[in-house]
Amino acid sequence: MKIPENLRYTKEHEWAKVEGNRAVVGITAFAVDQLGDITLVELPAVGAQIKAGDTIGTVESVKAVSDLYSPLTGKVLEVNAGIDEAPEKVNENPYEDGWMLKIELGRPDEVGSLLDAAAYKAHLANLEE
Amino acid sequence: MEETLRRTPLFELHKSRGARIVPFAGYEMPVQFEGIKAEHQAVRDKAGLFDVSHMGEIWLEGEDALAYAHWLVTNDVRGLNDGQVLYTPMCRATGMIVDDLLVYRYGTSKVLLVVNAANHDKDLKHVQENVRGKVTVTDRSYETGQLALQGPLAEDILSRVSGGKFAGLPFFRFAEGDVAGRRCLVSRTGYTGEDGYEIYCPNADVVPVASALLEVGEPMGLKPIGLGARDTLRLEAKLCLYGNDIDETTTPLEALLGWTVSFDTGDFNGRDALLRQKEQGVTRKLTGFTMEDKAIARHGYAIVAENAPASAQPIAHVASGSPSPTLGQNIGLAYLPTNVSKVGSAFGVVVRDKVMRAKVVKTPFYKRPR
Repeated sequence: MKIPENLRYTKEHEWAKVEGNRAVVGITAFAVDQLGDITLVELPAVGAQIKAGDTIGTVESVKAVSDLYSPLTGKVLEVNAGIDEAPEKVNENPYEDGWMLKIELGRPDEVGSLLDAAAYKAHLANLEE
Repeated sequence: MEETLRRTPLFELHKSRGARIVPFAGYEMPVQFEGIKAEHQAVRDKAGLFDVSHMGEIWLEGEDALAYAHWLVTNDVRGLNDGQVLYTPMCRATGMIVDDLLVYRYGTSKVLLVVNAANHDKDLKHVQENVRGKVTVTDRSYETGQLALQGPLAEDILSRVSGGKFAGLPFFRFAEGDVAGRRCLVSRTGYTGEDGYEIYCPNADVVPVASALLEVGEPMGLKPIGLGARDTLRLEAKLCLYGNDIDETTTPLEALLGWTVSFDTGDFNGRDALLRQKEQGVTRKLTGFTMEDKAIARHGYAIVAENAPASAQPIAHVASGSPSPTLGQNIGLAYLPTNVSKVGSAFGVVVRDKVMRAKVVKTPFYKRPR
């Protein structure tokens, strides 16, 4: 399963790509595989202030409903309108076209507490045991 | 106490094909293989093979078998010809539904009941405890496997492994004969809204029969299908799922299964209660709806009157709800009060504390082109 080296992860299967004081956020290939065909994604409003660990949206597949948690604290700059139109993009490419939101970091120090790719890989290995 | 889950004869085959396995009705069953949408589409466009070996097979034999079956269920078993299959609810004396099932009429002294796996134990008890006349009840559920071959190419695929014996079998008829060299009971029935067959055989023959069908069918587009797509397929065709759409708090008349209640062909269990309800009229009906707002209604979600807030007293709850892969809409069923059950009526579904608009539509949601 694809786990890009340049991203940070949560134990709840979100990823964050941090660049300066901004981050792009999405869900991992593992999350997508667990959910199956994604049919609806609810995201926070642009401008919303969100906190790390908050429930900020919902990802629904044909059979399942899953909460989306914010990996980081900050302000929502943009949400991916493309996945509103075509939620299957999240299945097809969760790390690129299937991104969910961009945030301006309110607490850049939080990045250090996210998992790196190796730690996330180890977390998945634990889950599968 | 954790119950040990049963496995069907196809368990290893499912695993080898990458199935995701979930507990269902006491069995470890495949919920999906390739993905629900792709599997759903395969059944609508080509063909799908389902492992439904978890279903229960209860045989009634003896000189009063047919008469007893007729009394047990609401539909007209006596009016069938030998070799016909009948869909019917089975009710308590109160008119509430114990299960919905298929009745296979072999003759006046031999009848097969095919019941839901989730209800197997209580059905068997119900059937044994109510015996009238000379009837032997034999449960062969754990020694019988079942496959469903569904979709527009089902006839072609089955013909290639059975010498065409079942090609001319009419809808809701059954016959016995060889499939891939194994003796099977084959009926032209299904739970998807497509043409197709259900195939019964002893456990030992399930793997060879399934393998033969896949070998011949896969080059034509046949796919193995899990329970996930089975549910979306049956919902589009408005076929009831016991536990969601019908249960021991609902009657066939409320479920709009009035066509399966035969009041004029003699007594049956629940007749008095159902006749009373028919005379008084039902107060709610199992009704199909689509979501107007972007939201998915799911089993158990509250339904409120049009323009009412999320905190309003619910007027119903969602029975079944799902995205419909064929329609590209979000669909559902609910027991709506009769004043909002007409096509076009509007109401709200409470989705995570927000009211999402829905409206009543005609059902079935999907009808296959003929």
